[in-house]
Amino acid sequence: MTAQTDSAADLALELRGIDKSFGAVRANKHIDLKVEKGTIHGIVGENGAGKSTLMSIIYGFYQADKGDIFVDGQKLQIKDSKTAISAGIGMVHQHFMLIQNFTAIENVVLGAESGNLIDDSLKKARAEMEHLAKEYGLEVPLDTPVEELAVGYQQRIEILKALYRGAKILILDEPTGVLTPQETEHLFKVLQSLKEQGTTVILITHKLREIMAATDNVSVMRQGEMVAHVRTQDTSREQLAELMVGRKVLLRVEKGASTVGDVKLSMDHVSLTDHMGVKRLKDVSLNVRAGEIVGIAGVSGNGQSELLEALAGIRAINEGEIDLNGHKVTADHRLSPSEVRKVGVGHIPEDRHRMGLINAFPAYEAFVLGYHRSPEYNGKIQMKQKSMIDDCAEKMERWDVRPQDPYLKTANFSGGNQQKLVIAREVEQNPDVLLIGQPTRGVDIGAIESIHKRILDMRAAGKAILLVSVELDEIRSLADRILVMFDGIIVGEVPADKADERTLGLMMANIVPEEVKALQAEETA
Amino acid sequence: MELFNSIILILDATLRNATPLIFAALAGMFSERTGIVNIALEGKILISAFAGAAAAYVTGSPWMGLLAGILASVVFAQLHAFATVTHNGDHVVSGLAINILAAGLTASLGNFWFHQGGNTPNLVNRAEELNARFEPIVLPFAKALEDVPIIGGIYSELLSGHYFLVYLAFIAVPLCWFILFRTKFGLRVRAVGENPQAVDTAGISVAKTRYLALLVCGILAGFAGVYLSVALTAQFSPNMSAGKGYMALAALIFGKWRPRGALQACLLFGVLQAIADRSQGLVIGGIEMPVQLIEALPYILTVVLLGGFIGRAVAPKAIGRPYVKERS
Amino acid sequence: MSQQRIPAWITVGVIPLANVALAAFAAGLVFWYLDINPFDALGTMAYGAFGSSYGWGYTLYYMTSYIFTGLAVAVAFQCGMFNIGGEGQAYIGALGVGLVCLALGGHVPFIILLPISIVAAAVFGALWALIPAWLQATRGSHIVITTIMFNFIAAALMNYILINFLKPDGTMSVESAVFHESAWIPKMHDVLAVFGISLDRSPLNLSIFWSLFVAWAVWVFLWRTRWGYEIRTVGSNATGAQYGGIGIPRVVILTMLVAGGLAGFMALNVVQGEAHQIKLNLVNQMGFTGIAVALMGRNHPIGIVLASLLFGFLTQGGSELQFEYSIDARIVVVLQGLVILFSGALQNMMKHPIERLYLTLANRSGSDQAAAEA
Repeated sequence: MTAQTDSAADLALELRGIDKSFGAVRANKHIDLKVEKGTIHGIVGENGAGKSTLMSIIYGFYQADKGDIFVDGQKLQIKDSKTAISAGIGMVHQHFMLIQNFTAIENVVLGAESGNLIDDSLKKARAEMEHLAKEYGLEVPLDTPVEELAVGYQQRIEILKALYRGAKILILDEPTGVLTPQETEHLFKVLQSLKEQGTTVILITHKLREIMAATDNVSVMRQGEMVAHVRTQDTSREQLAELMVGRKVLLRVEKGASTVGDVKLSMDHVSLTDHMGVKRLKDVSLNVRAGEIVGIAGVSGNGQSELLEALAGIRAINEGEIDLNGHKVTADHRLSPSEVRKVGVGHIPEDRHRMGLINAFPAYEAFVLGYHRSPEYNGKIQMKQKSMIDDCAEKMERWDVRPQDPYLKTANFSGGNQQKLVIAREVEQNPDVLLIGQPTRGVDIGAIESIHKRILDMRAAGKAILLVSVELDEIRSLADRILVMFDGIIVGEVPADKADERTLGLMMANIVPEEVKALQAEETA
Repeated sequence: MELFNSIILILDATLRNATPLIFAALAGMFSERTGIVNIALEGKILISAFAGAAAAYVTGSPWMGLLAGILASVVFAQLHAFATVTHNGDHVVSGLAINILAAGLTASLGNFWFHQGGNTPNLVNRAEELNARFEPIVLPFAKALEDVPIIGGIYSELLSGHYFLVYLAFIAVPLCWFILFRTKFGLRVRAVGENPQAVDTAGISVAKTRYLALLVCGILAGFAGVYLSVALTAQFSPNMSAGKGYMALAALIFGKWRPRGALQACLLFGVLQAIADRSQGLVIGGIEMPVQLIEALPYILTVVLLGGFIGRAVAPKAIGRPYVKERS
Repeated sequence: MSQQRIPAWITVGVIPLANVALAAFAAGLVFWYLDINPFDALGTMAYGAFGSSYGWGYTLYYMTSYIFTGLAVAVAFQCGMFNIGGEGQAYIGALGVGLVCLALGGHVPFIILLPISIVAAAVFGALWALIPAWLQATRGSHIVITTIMFNFIAAALMNYILINFLKPDGTMSVESAVFHESAWIPKMHDVLAVFGISLDRSPLNLSIFWSLFVAWAVWVFLWRTRWGYEIRTVGSNATGAQYGGIGIPRVVILTMLVAGGLAGFMALNVVQGEAHQIKLNLVNQMGFTGIAVALMGRNHPIGIVLASLLFGFLTQGGSELQFEYSIDARIVVVLQGLVILFSGALQNMMKHPIERLYLTLANRSGSDQAAAEA
């Protein structure tokens, strides 16, 4: 699927065989990429596909283990950001690299000073920035500390920084994640005029609408590999969605029938704003009944994590109402994570290292996290060491955790066995409601199957299960109903048997296909 | 007139007390502004006081003392950088190590060299015709104006007759402000302390900036130490820094990591010390404030400030965290 | 695919030993410069610290204090905090002990007084840690700075109280009256004399048993109770603690109260056991040394008891150097400084080379084995 036949001379940037590993994780596998001069080149892929790592290599922040980089046809060793900058590469990072208490102009000058005193540099930069502002529509307040500026302005400063350093290739990493629609529109205008002036733009995103609207060519990454290069005009959102998500071997698990009972978990018009002031959940309503699995699909970072954490009592909601197994939660009436456990809700968190386990603890200690105050494990003063260890050993056996050693440090188990520890801990408490996040992330194939089976067992046992996963296969094979999230809203709902990859892929890009609309209309009627 | 005279005396003492604090607080500013927590000011002051006095005694020149003092302090500051920047050591632990090493080394070496219980010999000794102490600077016409009321007190008593290091301390404040806020180096120092990753992506070496900042820190702390031993007392005695490094750190925080704020805090702390040194309580509104309360006020005020009860002291954002380029 | 692991004996054995060896080497250089044969110096120190019941007495007396101040640092460290306030907490703890002994000494039997003075030591020390703890937990004020400030505030406060309230009229030196003899914690040599065992006079007193008991109790508290569980969870993974429903501010305050109380216990040894009066600067840097003790002891009670013995040896042995070579007793401080520098500040310096060396050797022997098998 290669659409590029241009001669090397017209390439602004070329990568050949780039490899990069972090420890055991191969973030980039033999990446080839050709970016034509004066174009806007999109790179799409799910979170974790390796896009950001690749760009950091181009920008000299990391070094590739293998492979060559050519800029303007010249082979280049990019050993640090300084080399990249002098080769005319500029980058706008996803998390802005700005000094928050500096003004715009100070940020632009930093590292590109023209002398030992900064007054001259500032004067020079001011003139240049006024010029750039006019030429590309990049107006920013020059003398206000950055922390007081809206993110749209902060992003313009990042672009100005790159242009001031003479960038001929501008890389933007997920630039629209934090922007309002109006700001996004303005950004694309800026990129367009940069292109017209001969700058090459590389746009990294997982939002397909933007790719279609703004780019000339697209490359698709999946799990560290480059899977396709296409001309934007020759492709479609549907095709890109399919390429991005990919088709994997479907691990079908036999899903028996189950009796669906009462609603055990519901959210009613819930909104949540995080401490940065970003709205993470927007008017979310859903319910989960006993004996069913409701799956939440979506590209990660669209509010799923916040949804789980709000339900688990870790984050406070701002609006709406949650019903947890008959207990109300509102903005004013929170339940703490331990209270949430007490009302019969178990939580298998998305990131077991950050939340679910304490890596420095032996397994039997990590195994009581969250339940460490229960009488089962506590005497008057001391914890019941023996019952903790016996309990852990017994459940390790039942859940087939290997090695079956309660004293082994949690960090020293494999990913699959760590995950089984977490699941065993939460399930063995016999909750009525289970919140499950990414149950098989970083888990080997063998363990995936057994974890899936366990989840279905719980469904058969009449638990109400909410399952968040970025693995579409997983959701499709486990869930009874699937909700798709995008940017904090629930785009729509599909029954599992009607949810094919194309439908879900479209919904993940915030497009609701006609047949789903019809289904939903039917339901409301 | 009695009141006027005691005010002049107190203010005069204030300038003397504030001088080492100002140097040390400015030293701390360069370090903390690049993100290196500096509880090691105490040790840097102590080692430079010792090296300064020892060298001044041996060479007979206060200037050689100044040079040696600064050199010693710079060596310790670079050791601090070696631990915190090159080896990502904990800032607090390395600071403690430096303080304890300085306390031990000065006493042990002092005793070994001079056999006076860790003290250096007095820098002024008529019998040996030695005068290795800095001379006070008498400002022009100070003698002539001495007896003029008010003006004489202010000019001849208060402003004139200090060691050159006192004047230098007050010159150093705007100078450091200029370096920090008007030069390329200062811009980078401030940026590294806020967001080292951003500085790295701007093509600047975080490590180099931090080493340089600690170099400046060492030089300034050297002035503070040498002032104590070669100017103020003409002798080194063990542990003569007596917590001044920590008080300077408090002044730096109290001054919100800015030169002018730090200066004001140092002057405030200097006044408090001058009042306390008169070893009688201060009566405010009919309530007698014990000397010890006045002595403790700098620390109490700093705690209150840190609690966010009077204004907000916002530390450089990246302070205390080693910069390790890792997978984001 | 998984990364090779470094075995525990490297992490808790080889690397710390290499660090101490470096410190010892640097100390050797210092001795050599001071015209002292480093090996002779070591011999002198060893004899001075362990060669007689007198030496042992002092070494164990210092050890007792270090166990308390070391534990005070370690408990806070297990919760991810740096408690530099041991100095002030111990000083205020001494006030508590002193007030109890002054008020009750001679009026109540020792067996009743002792529990009260123990509680007083802990409560006073804990209260001195309360404000920094509260500021850290609720307002995010950095505990390193606030505990430093509280050391100085404690010094001024004690100065004030001693001069204005505790100093008996007509005395010159700033110290309290001597406690009634019935309030004193018995000296070891007196106790053993009852059993017919004769020891040289030394400050070693029965507090040493309390310190060992407390070290054990701290171990139980941290590793066997739900409170300790929560403390360690907050210290090693704050997000995980939050997930587990642990209230972090509450745990932070609890931890610092315990730490302050432990530091306060030091006064039992120094004030009630030895000085029998409250003196100026009675803590004498032992709070700071506690940081070194905790670092060397890897914040574990067993390690802390061993490290305390090492620092007791350094302190007592070092003061012997003074008599033997007429050098300054503060050479001990140099030794402590070097230990903190190499074991603490520069601990990564040896870590990476040693780990790399181990991996290279392990891989080579691994491939040798494979070759042999083939």
